[in-house]
Amino acid sequence: MTEVTKVQELVYELKLRDVMKKDVFSVAPGMQMSELREIFRTRRISGAPVLDGDRLAGIISIEDFIRWLSDGGKECRISEKMSKRVETFYSDDTLVHALNKMEAAGFGRFPIIDRQTGGMCGIVTKGNIIEALLKELEIDFHEEEIRRYRASHIFEDIRADKSTLIFQYRIAGELSEAGTTSSGLKTTLKRLGFHPDIVRRSAIIAYEAETNVLINAKEGKMVVRVEPAEIYMKIEDKGPGIPDVEKVMEPGFSTAPDWVRELGFGAGMGLPNIKKCSDKMVLNSTVGKGTCLEATVDIRQPQ
Amino acid sequence: MKLKNIVDLLNLEVRSGSDKLDVEVCGGYASDLMSDVIAHARERQLWITLQTHVNTAAVAGMKGLAGVILVQGREPEQDTVEKAGKEGITILVTKMPAFEIAGKLYNILNAEKV
Repeated sequence: MTEVTKVQELVYELKLRDVMKKDVFSVAPGMQMSELREIFRTRRISGAPVLDGDRLAGIISIEDFIRWLSDGGKECRISEKMSKRVETFYSDDTLVHALNKMEAAGFGRFPIIDRQTGGMCGIVTKGNIIEALLKELEIDFHEEEIRRYRASHIFEDIRADKSTLIFQYRIAGELSEAGTTSSGLKTTLKRLGFHPDIVRRSAIIAYEAETNVLINAKEGKMVVRVEPAEIYMKIEDKGPGIPDVEKVMEPGFSTAPDWVRELGFGAGMGLPNIKKCSDKMVLNSTVGKGTCLEATVDIRQPQ
Repeated sequence: MKLKNIVDLLNLEVRSGSDKLDVEVCGGYASDLMSDVIAHARERQLWITLQTHVNTAAVAGMKGLAGVILVQGREPEQDTVEKAGKEGITILVTKMPAFEIAGKLYNILNAEKV
C-alpha cells in the first residue's frame, strides 16, 4: 500500500525532463522513403521524429513505411508520408499528465518540446517512465534499508554486561589532509546506522579537533568509543599546549598564524563549534606537554 | 531545483563532479571560513566561496553539500579537483563576485518556491 502511494507521489513530482531520452535519433524531412528501411533495421527502432533544424516537423513510423510499401513504394520524400499532426509534451509537464494523455491516445512515443525555445529536446515512452520510477523507488528502498540497520541492534545482539566499540585514528600530515580522520569516522557511524544528526555532530567534532591538532601539534590521535548510551571521543596530542584554556573557548579568539587564516581556518570558531555539537566537553592542556580534548555525544536522544 | 538547471541558468563551468548534477539543491551558503561553513551550512546547499584549496572539498564532502561555487574566476587547485573527483563533490566556477552570484542563486531558488 505504501509503495502505491510512493509511486503516486513520484508521478506528480517528476517532470518529463527527468525521465526523457535526450539523445534521440531523428531524420530530415528531405530524406527519401527508401532510406528508412536500412535505418529502421540497423537501429532497431520503429519510428523517428522528423526534424527541420531543431523544429519538429512530424513523425515517421514503421506503419507509415509499410503503408507506403503496400501503396507501391514509389520514391518520395519523408515529409510527404510522415504524420504531421503529432502529439507532444513540454519538458516541464508532469509524469501524471503524460501518463493520462498516453492512455487516451493509445500510442506510446511522444516528442518533448522545450517550452522556452520551442525546439525538440527529447522523446518519452512508457518504458522511460517505468525505468525512472523504478530507479527512484530503488534509491528510496536503499535508504530505508540503511535506516533499519541500526547500531542499537548490534548492542542488542551482544550478550555482555558491558559492550563497547572502539575506533582509533592517527592524526598526522599537512593541513591539506584535514578531514581524512573525520570522514573516516563519519562513514563508520553512518554505516552503523546512527541518526543523521548524531553522525553530523560527531563528524564536526572530529573535523575541528583534527584541524586543531594538524595546525598546532602536527600529529595526535583520536579514540572513539561507542557505547549503548553515548559516543565518547578523545583527541590527544603532544603539541605546545594551551596557556589559557578558558580564553580559547571564547568565540573569535585565535592564535592561528596568517597562512592558516588565509586558508579560511583559525577564525576562533573551532572549539565553540565542538562545544555546540557535544553534550559534554572537557579540555585539558599543559603548556609544553600537550592537549587532550574529550567530547561526548548522547545517542539516546537525538536533538 | 536540480543542480544541472542552476549550472545552465547561471552559466557555471564544471571542474569536477559533472556526473553529480542530478542532485536537488535546497539553498546556498556563502562564506570563506571553514568552521563557519561546518557550523552553519546545511546538507544539499551550494557553497559560495573564494577558497580554492583542498580543504574546501573535504568540508563540502563532510557536510554533504550539493557543490561548491568558486567565485571571481578562481580555479580550484589540482589536488582539490582530485579529491573532489574521488569524493564525488561538484566544483563549479564563475567569473562573478560572491555578492552577485549569491544574489542570482537566491532569486532562482526563491522563484521556484512560489
